Amino acid sequence: MSELLKNIIRFFLFIIIQVFVLFKVPPLHRFIVPYLYFLFILWLPFSLPRFWLTFIGFVYGLTLDYFTHTPGLHAAACTLIAYVRPFIINLMISQEGTDKNYASPSVTSMGWAPYATYVLVLTLLHHAFLVFLEWMSFGTFFFFIGKVIGTSAISLLLILLTELLFFRKEQFRTNTA
Amino acid sequence: MRNVFLFIKRYFNFLFFLVLQIIALSFLFRYNKFHQAAFSNVAGEVTGRFSEKYNGIEYYFRLKSTNDALVKENERLNQMLKDNYEAPGQLNRLMTDTVMIDSLKKIQKYIYRDAKVVASSVSSQTNYLTIHRGSSQQIRPNMGVISPSGIVGTVVSTSPNFAVVMSMLHRQYTVVVKLKNGGERGKVEWDGVNPSFVTLKDVPKSAKINKGDSIVTSETSSLFPPGILVGTVSEIVEDKSSSFYTVKLKTATNFYNVQFVSVIDNTQLDEQKKLEDSTRKKFQ
Repeated sequence: MSELLKNIIRFFLFIIIQVFVLFKVPPLHRFIVPYLYFLFILWLPFSLPRFWLTFIGFVYGLTLDYFTHTPGLHAAACTLIAYVRPFIINLMISQEGTDKNYASPSVTSMGWAPYATYVLVLTLLHHAFLVFLEWMSFGTFFFFIGKVIGTSAISLLLILLTELLFFRKEQFRTNTA
Repeated sequence: MRNVFLFIKRYFNFLFFLVLQIIALSFLFRYNKFHQAAFSNVAGEVTGRFSEKYNGIEYYFRLKSTNDALVKENERLNQMLKDNYEAPGQLNRLMTDTVMIDSLKKIQKYIYRDAKVVASSVSSQTNYLTIHRGSSQQIRPNMGVISPSGIVGTVVSTSPNFAVVMSMLHRQYTVVVKLKNGGERGKVEWDGVNPSFVTLKDVPKSAKINKGDSIVTSETSSLFPPGILVGTVSEIVEDKSSSFYTVKLKTATNFYNVQFVSVIDNTQLDEQKKLEDSTRKKFQ
């Protein structure tokens, strides 16, 4: 399956799972909202130009927003992490050429520790911005801190489960072929 | 000029990012204020269709509780039928009415329109419901929405076949209510903690409130007919410093499984609003 088709399927699959499965989970606590959808942006290929990366982030967030009736909320957070993503990847890839030899960020292409850091930083950034926008219209500072921590913890757990269940085999590619 | 182009070329990605952020935030803040989303017509139709498909499956699993709620509502309405009541006796004298108004002819002020809920949420801080009835079926923004057991929320935007309802479980939602026993007015808000409980505020401490008391919609709320159940008192929060009660209410509507609602059209709302606005303008 081509990389493009795979990502198009992922786009719709992540949105549908987020809206019709994760948002339907009865609320455990007001600080815990299970977010997984932004993993789509973390899984986008290395080769995507920054312009398109930012644009896809915006469109992807806006798609979710129309389901939750909060136009712009998730779009803003997704645009931010899609824009910041290349900076973090540049810091995290251990050896020269990882971004050329592998298709997309994963445990096999980056290694456990760098990939975990990459996911952690972008998850925290996404939730902090999302909850910050919510906090501006209502809530207290305690609400902000509590919700960022609670939501990030549950998101990281979900991402870990997804990575283990759907282990992505990345092929090593060379220029010589 | 050349430098300007060079600057734009060099920082193109960053500028593009800023533009998208500004677009997203302007969408968000405009929606928070006026509840008018960009492309809301098209988007509402598309997400509505998706939700309808999903609800076709979900609805099947909730048939039992939905049926129970409808049977209970029918029972309550049957109790109110005129045939159940007897006149106090035959001793009443027949009198000719001196008022020259046909008192048998009533004007219907509130019109009820039923609708099916196709999507709802309780897990967010800003919860909305989508109902399968829209502007082509006489739904307009600013109409009250009730379920068989109590109030649900207010319509905020419509597309041709769907409407979005701001749920009572929304941080910006308030509704004017009164105590069923005493009649003192207050307002109900949601504090975002538990979807089964809302907060009643602004009721003076001179009023008598007990656990289990009913709180109903007030005559002044204009979106709802008076006397529709909002919730029952579950806890009175002690606050000696304030002269108003803070009361925790158990919501009458079960927001987890609401499937059918009635949208209430107040036929005199526009007239009332116009009069109030013109009066306000006159004294400013």
